[in-house]
Amino acid sequence: MIWNSWAEFFAMGGYGLYVWGSTAAVAACMAVEIVGLRMRRNAAVEQARMAQKGSMRGSK
Amino acid sequence: MSSPESIAAPAQQSGRFNLFHFASPQTFFPLAGKMVPVFAVLSIALMAAGMYIGFFRAPPDAQQHDSYRIIYLHVGAAWMSMVIYLAMAFWAAMGWIFNTRLSFMMATALAPTGAMFTFLALWTGAFWGKPAWGAWWVWDARLTSELILLFLYIGFIALQAAIDDPRRADRAGAVLAIVGAVNVPIIYFSVKWWNTLHQGSSINFNRSPSMAAIMLVAMLLMALGFWAYTFAAVLSRLRSIIIERERHTEWVKEYLEKRA
Repeated sequence: MIWNSWAEFFAMGGYGLYVWGSTAAVAACMAVEIVGLRMRRNAAVEQARMAQKGSMRGSK
Repeated sequence: MSSPESIAAPAQQSGRFNLFHFASPQTFFPLAGKMVPVFAVLSIALMAAGMYIGFFRAPPDAQQHDSYRIIYLHVGAAWMSMVIYLAMAFWAAMGWIFNTRLSFMMATALAPTGAMFTFLALWTGAFWGKPAWGAWWVWDARLTSELILLFLYIGFIALQAAIDDPRRADRAGAVLAIVGAVNVPIIYFSVKWWNTLHQGSSINFNRSPSMAAIMLVAMLLMALGFWAYTFAAVLSRLRSIIIERERHTEWVKEYLEKRA
């Protein structure tokens, strides 16, 4: 362990804003993308179900 | 839309292995589904190891102290921004040459993740540039060409979204993707070709890396983690695109019934 305390770790030698500003952006972007992928999947499945119901009704 | 009968999986009857077998959305869909969780777990493990070594084991840099730790995020994001663009251009070209739907879908699936990593490369670069150079942004060759890369991704996504017919959207996007690929070597060699504020690369093919081994290990672990993340995210998006575009086919109907 190179840090003496958690406070020292979060301070990053005075560069906390820059280091954590970068880390937070990466974490936030990945979180948003993962949520977006979930939503797109659900929407695609829902849309496909609707389309197939519609085509079934049309064929009869 | 083509009729469901025409969507037969090719080469299923012939015994020998054929790569084009997986060029059909129907056969690639379940394979991608198996790969997504594998790459997701792999990416979490690699990123956890990389962050642990980079933030808890690696010492501060002699000149940049702790601000240099942004390297663990910045380099991986910048590499992925370029690699994903080349992959996108590659699949777009494959789509043109072989007229395979799945290739175009792959190009489409790559774009948002590529744009995200390009944005992150610029963002982490700004947060590193401020303490290192005293400026969030400078109009230097490396930064400007990376910004153009972001515009190329956004242009590709917007162009495809603006065209209703997916086959025309695929082809229009492909032209943009292939022509824009010229920008990638410009980004990569910009620090050599021009006098830039951006430092030269720490890793080169023709000489040993100019950084401590422990820092290099953490950086490579993070880059591999981003690589695995990209596979998981892009394959997951590709599956959604396949459902969106093949929703009238018999096999998607069967998949949805099984899933319900």
